[in-house]
Amino acid sequence: MHSVPVDVEKVSPYNGKIIIDMAYTEEELKKELETKEYEYGFYTDIESDTFPKGLNEEIVIAISKKKEEPEWMTLWRLAAFKGWKEMVEPEWANIHYKKPNFQDISYYSAPNSKPKYDSLDEVDPELLDTFKRLGISIDEQKKLAGVAVDIVMDSVSVATTFKKTLAEKGIIFCSISEAIREHPELVKKYIGSVVPPKDNFYAALNSAVFSDGSFCYIPKGVRCPMELSTYFRINQAGTGQFERTLVIADEGSYVSYLEGCTAPSRDENQLHAAVVELIALDNSEIKYSTVQNWFPGDKEGKGGVFNFVTKRGLCEKGAKISWTQVETGSAITWKYPSCILKGDNSIGEFYSIAVTNNYQQADTGTKMVHIGKNTKSTIISKGISAGKSQNSYRGLVQVNSRANNARNFSQCDSLLMGNECGAHTFPYIEVKNKTAHIEHEATTSKIGEDQIFYCNQRGIDTEKAIALIVNGFSKEVLNKLPMEFAVEAQKLLEISLEGSVG
Amino acid sequence: MLKIKDLHASVEDKEILKGVSLEVKPGEVHAIMGPNGSGKSTLASVIAGKEEFEITKGSILFEGEDLEDVSPEERAHKGVFLSFQYPVEIPGVSVTNFMKTAINESRKARGQEDMPANEMLKLIREKSEMLDIDRKFLSRSLNQGFSGGEKKRNEIFQMAMLEPKLAILDETDSGLDIDALRIVANGVNKLKSKDNAVILITHYQRLLEYIIPDFVHVIHDGKIVKSGTKELALELEEKGYDWLKKEPVA
Repeated sequence: MHSVPVDVEKVSPYNGKIIIDMAYTEEELKKELETKEYEYGFYTDIESDTFPKGLNEEIVIAISKKKEEPEWMTLWRLAAFKGWKEMVEPEWANIHYKKPNFQDISYYSAPNSKPKYDSLDEVDPELLDTFKRLGISIDEQKKLAGVAVDIVMDSVSVATTFKKTLAEKGIIFCSISEAIREHPELVKKYIGSVVPPKDNFYAALNSAVFSDGSFCYIPKGVRCPMELSTYFRINQAGTGQFERTLVIADEGSYVSYLEGCTAPSRDENQLHAAVVELIALDNSEIKYSTVQNWFPGDKEGKGGVFNFVTKRGLCEKGAKISWTQVETGSAITWKYPSCILKGDNSIGEFYSIAVTNNYQQADTGTKMVHIGKNTKSTIISKGISAGKSQNSYRGLVQVNSRANNARNFSQCDSLLMGNECGAHTFPYIEVKNKTAHIEHEATTSKIGEDQIFYCNQRGIDTEKAIALIVNGFSKEVLNKLPMEFAVEAQKLLEISLEGSVG
Repeated sequence: MLKIKDLHASVEDKEILKGVSLEVKPGEVHAIMGPNGSGKSTLASVIAGKEEFEITKGSILFEGEDLEDVSPEERAHKGVFLSFQYPVEIPGVSVTNFMKTAINESRKARGQEDMPANEMLKLIREKSEMLDIDRKFLSRSLNQGFSGGEKKRNEIFQMAMLEPKLAILDETDSGLDIDALRIVANGVNKLKSKDNAVILITHYQRLLEYIIPDFVHVIHDGKIVKSGTKELALELEEKGYDWLKKEPVA
């Protein structure tokens, strides 16, 4: 959307009518960008098997039954539900929203046909079309070397590729439902071990009603030969999404996991409360990268996804977990991917870019809990705020009394665009060991007119100039993403900030 | 190439340029000199199209086209280049990336495809050698942590890359030591041709020993008060600006 006359066709919101008008003015472009609908704002009419609205023990049991789960799982869910009923929603975050009515949500929705496809021809053509419009056609994905895709469509996995290659290495990559059935010993041992069912309000809710998600196990000493990725979509009006992800890296193994999502635009708020648990056993490494692009709401702040996510990883001896996230979507983001550095010499990293525009609110950051000796953590957080949005970094660095020689470096940078947005930093540091070494740096800057003019003078228009400046600002984090994801993320940053300076 | 007629320009209702007229033809080098606050840099910014300045009277024609409604980036596409007195920093954006973007945006405006990577690399190599620039320098963030001299040399490097028709060098000599000045001046001289033109905005005569101007203009209180040949610059060096301030406008 940069050079005005060239990209007009792509920007045109007028129902596919192509407009090529040489007298196209900047004013018109601005207007068009404002009215531009959410890039992925469409939804398909796949018949769904949807439960009635509301939540009680019967619903929890029904979900578990529907998924043909063993009794221990049903009981686990029920215990979580019992805990949830006694909990209240957290209110400490710097976000303001109308609380969802949890009895007005349907807690289960699955695409009707639940087949095991042998070939693409058997897949519902409408579903395939959706994938194509998202630019993630399975066909292409299959060809994309090194990427296996487990697509979660409305809570139930409908397609898994590259499974065979992975199986040869002993890697298990499947839906969590399948894992519960096929690998109960692994699931039973690790589910809830990092994020206990009653950890917090949303985690408890998720534990009671999670519909599906991904499961991954890398055996001892195995280096996963490809990036594992999951694409999430929200597709049913009024259906909450309660994904559950469990990644286990056994001793000395390595895995890079990509999670990316786009969602169709809807009027009513959609609740998303996922739980992701990572277990990194001795000397293993997990890289978990996310590009999050849920519908952020329109420019009046109407609609948009509420994203309340609990992500946490446990590092045993010498293990390493890196969280990298690019957050551009959601009306509300409440998310703190964390690392429990339990083992000696373990390493936790958090690299984040959070973009808020219009009326979006994000309260995101991390927790680094140093328990083992010589543990190290790095936090690089980049917040970009535009429009009337509010962007908060909230982070906790905790060094326990036994954690000799713990090291932390935190850097929180905020970039402001315009005069109506806000950037906030809430760093919490708790140190109980004198040998700890903690560094915290924070900067706030504003995209200056001088920077824009400088770019303009070199022939770079304002939209492109902003994209360039934002990419430069975010570079340290973008560089942490796997290549194909970095490109997608860069594109997302540009889309998210379009029309925000004018 | 450039025709400025009775140009008046204001910023926040304060008139800075009070009737500047100037004509620059292809192949010419013009020097604009004058004391601090006389309007030299404002003239440069107005030609480049900086929005905070409002043109209240007069006109700027570039190759026969009135620039009034032409955006700064379009002026750049047409071949206007400004070497900034204070180049801004853009963290995280390398000089190479910035140049690649700038060149391809101009090409796009002209309906051309992006420059192929091998051509781009060749161009970068050629121009950086010409200006004696260490290529490691090109992977650093634009102007971030650059010394004054590095910033100015980087401006001239960009000029070399973009090959403008009209280059305006706003106090490019300030902050340069004698070696850097010589390199920058050599670069400008090499880029000079019968088809392009250069406007040198400077406070001192020094730069003009290396880049010989065809014309020298003295600006004072928003007006050109005297024009002449390179000898005028020497006279200024000797006498300062005060004698011109007192002289009635011709």
